[in-house]
Amino acid sequence: MSSERQSKNSSESKSSSQSGKTSDSRKISGAKSSSESGKTTGSKSAPGSKGAPESGKKSAGPAVAERLSVFKTYKLFVGGKFPRSESGRVYEVSDSQGAWLANAPLASRKDARDAVSAARKAFGGWAGATAYNRGQILYRIAEMLEGRREQFVREVAGGEGLSPAGAAAAVDAAIDRWVWYAGWTDKIAQVAGGSNPVAGPFFNLSSPEPTGVVAVLAPQDSSFLGLVSVLAPVIATGNAAVLVTSHRAPLPALSLGEVLATSDLPGGVVNLLSGTAAEIGPHLAAHSDVNAIDLTGADGDLARELEIAAADNLKRVLRPRAEDWTADPGTGRLLAFLETKTVWHPIGV
Amino acid sequence: MDKMSSVFEYAPAPESRAVVDLAPSYGLFVDGEFREAADGRVFKSLSPSSEEVLAEVAQAGAADVDAAVRAARTAFTGWSALPGTERAKYLFRIARIIQERSRELAVLESLDNGKPIRESRDVDLPLVAAHFFYYAGWADKLQHAGFGADPRPLGVAAQVIPWNFPLLMLAWKVAPALACGNTVVLKPAETTPLSALFFADICRQAGLPKGVVNILTGDGETGAALVGHDGVDKVAFTGSTEVGKAIARTVAGTRKKVTLELGGKAANIVFDDAPVDQAVEGIVNGIFFNQGHVCCAGSRLLVQESVRDEVLDALKRRMSTLRVGDPLDKNTDIGAINSAEQLARITELTAAGEAEGAERWAPACELPSAGYWFAPTLFTGVTQAHRIAREEIFGPVLSVLTFRTPAEAVEKANNTPYGLSAGIWTEKGSRILWMADRLRAGVVWANTFNKFDPTSPFGGYKESGYGREGGRHGLEAYLDVV
Repeated sequence: MSSERQSKNSSESKSSSQSGKTSDSRKISGAKSSSESGKTTGSKSAPGSKGAPESGKKSAGPAVAERLSVFKTYKLFVGGKFPRSESGRVYEVSDSQGAWLANAPLASRKDARDAVSAARKAFGGWAGATAYNRGQILYRIAEMLEGRREQFVREVAGGEGLSPAGAAAAVDAAIDRWVWYAGWTDKIAQVAGGSNPVAGPFFNLSSPEPTGVVAVLAPQDSSFLGLVSVLAPVIATGNAAVLVTSHRAPLPALSLGEVLATSDLPGGVVNLLSGTAAEIGPHLAAHSDVNAIDLTGADGDLARELEIAAADNLKRVLRPRAEDWTADPGTGRLLAFLETKTVWHPIGV
Repeated sequence: MDKMSSVFEYAPAPESRAVVDLAPSYGLFVDGEFREAADGRVFKSLSPSSEEVLAEVAQAGAADVDAAVRAARTAFTGWSALPGTERAKYLFRIARIIQERSRELAVLESLDNGKPIRESRDVDLPLVAAHFFYYAGWADKLQHAGFGADPRPLGVAAQVIPWNFPLLMLAWKVAPALACGNTVVLKPAETTPLSALFFADICRQAGLPKGVVNILTGDGETGAALVGHDGVDKVAFTGSTEVGKAIARTVAGTRKKVTLELGGKAANIVFDDAPVDQAVEGIVNGIFFNQGHVCCAGSRLLVQESVRDEVLDALKRRMSTLRVGDPLDKNTDIGAINSAEQLARITELTAAGEAEGAERWAPACELPSAGYWFAPTLFTGVTQAHRIAREEIFGPVLSVLTFRTPAEAVEKANNTPYGLSAGIWTEKGSRILWMADRLRAGVVWANTFNKFDPTSPFGGYKESGYGREGGRHGLEAYLDVV
């Protein structure tokens, strides 16, 4: 399967831009000088996997003095800043062929705690922002993504082993998902709330409010569309999020941090941690300043273990289930992290 | 005032208990029949106001839980396939029969629970009937409730309810469950099983199909077996936060949908511009209603410093007029504490209040010699660190704290793991809305307290649980939707 995909990729990449198929700039540079790449990473698999694009590029006639590209150091996104993991750990991220793509930070318990504390600080302001303002910022995220569409297509294709067309479809759907949720921010309260006709002289109104700090274990398979599908509804309603990315394909998520940082989203509203759900999940599930947890990215046994830990402070738990990220998202994920507040007041003169 | 109360002594005005025909013993209600527990175990239900044995009831064990869940599963096929209009009519029948039998049920509730007849008659029973009426009307309108074009029921609902509002909590659980097409196995609290067994008889009178409602009496062990049973699709629990957490752990990793309505430590916040007399009535209603056995009770009074003395003087005067005694006396304000165990907990926590340095006050108050009683009590000089400011006492005990600014009031009100309810007393509208916005609580009563209505969603933030009961929101707990 993957080899078919790969060969299809390479044939497409010949005619279009070389960068269209490879997963990020490192690969391009690697293709141009595989010895360089091999030297940098010491990777066993990198040269082999680059055979196809390399030949594609050679046929396009590489210049002798081709410029050496600048690698990106992928970092966490916490409190609006881009720290390395406090643990100093990284892990190797590779494409579906096993070729090295980047070293991603391997987030630790301390990173998770820092992220929760950043999220808690940001929560009040974000929950208190007008729904209109939140909508504008979510829409701004879509705008910023649109401008970096090619980069995300590369990263998604590399991380998930998708064809350029498949990756482009996922990225386009993810951008559109931000637009969908941008429009929900100032409508969900009318759909989920309303006045209650109590049998007495009382004004009685129920309104949805954000639950608070929500830990999100993002889906493992869909590193960007799935990620956006679980993250956007959490923050659309005014929650702050601490998200653990797909372990295997964290790069689109980490790059999303750069988009969020330039979209007027207040620092700390979204915090992105690359690492493993099995390592960070238990700390988030047991953290008493986390109000809810989305277990989408956890498998059966881990999900159960985390749900048990989450009971310590009665976190709201969204259990993992079969998902089709291309389907109409509905309002389920918006409603999952809302509380209903009902206010009574007597009516009289 | 003090003089007048001594001049006009109240004569006893007891409600007759002849209206309740109690059998010496009751079985479990499973598949439309009363039956003994498989292992023949029984326990006694006492009247907390006299310690008299009211009846002996069956103690359901694992085999009985299994039988009840099977009966509910079998009944689910037919019940969920019934047109909504027909399910609605059963619920309307139940609502009407409750109205017809409300005097009997009110007296029974006061006997078994210890609450004043004035409250069981004027609050509990009208709300019970109204709740069935409200959800009856939803049964054939679910496609319009905002949960999709054809929302489906979950299956068998395991429902475990507390002793503070036995029949009302039953109504909150059973009415929406049946309206949505689920069948139920309900376990009433160990100390207040009788009204649920009378409700079983109402189901019989209404002609409700066998197995749609099953009632298992028993203790915490019975509840745990029910919640843990594999054949259950839904768990609904009202009770302590501690048990709620245990239930959340039990159902982890299963398909069971859960709603939990747990404890609270509500702040009742009085600003300096509040009309003192009204606020004092609200404070009294907030903490002494139902002997303070209310999860949403206003157990922390936050009074603005500038009016502290004025409010406390008025409150103490008002507390001195509260009548503690026979629950069946129509003039009784505060009835019996529900059980010896609960009385011990209240006694222990109030002793801790004194030991930690708070100042205790209670009006002179003669308590009956038999039964379980606790005089209305308030503590001043309470700090946020005191146990009586942090832990749910679930009794007629008020902890008084002060504040200076609205921001400080919000800070103190939210300084608790709970988040069920809150009260605000001020004449300033913009301040009410500002406060209501910031209080992390599921129900906010402004210039009123402890009001309930079947159309109004009720439930907590944080460790007060999750899910809502009442209103359109309450349907979600019993439908197969996210």
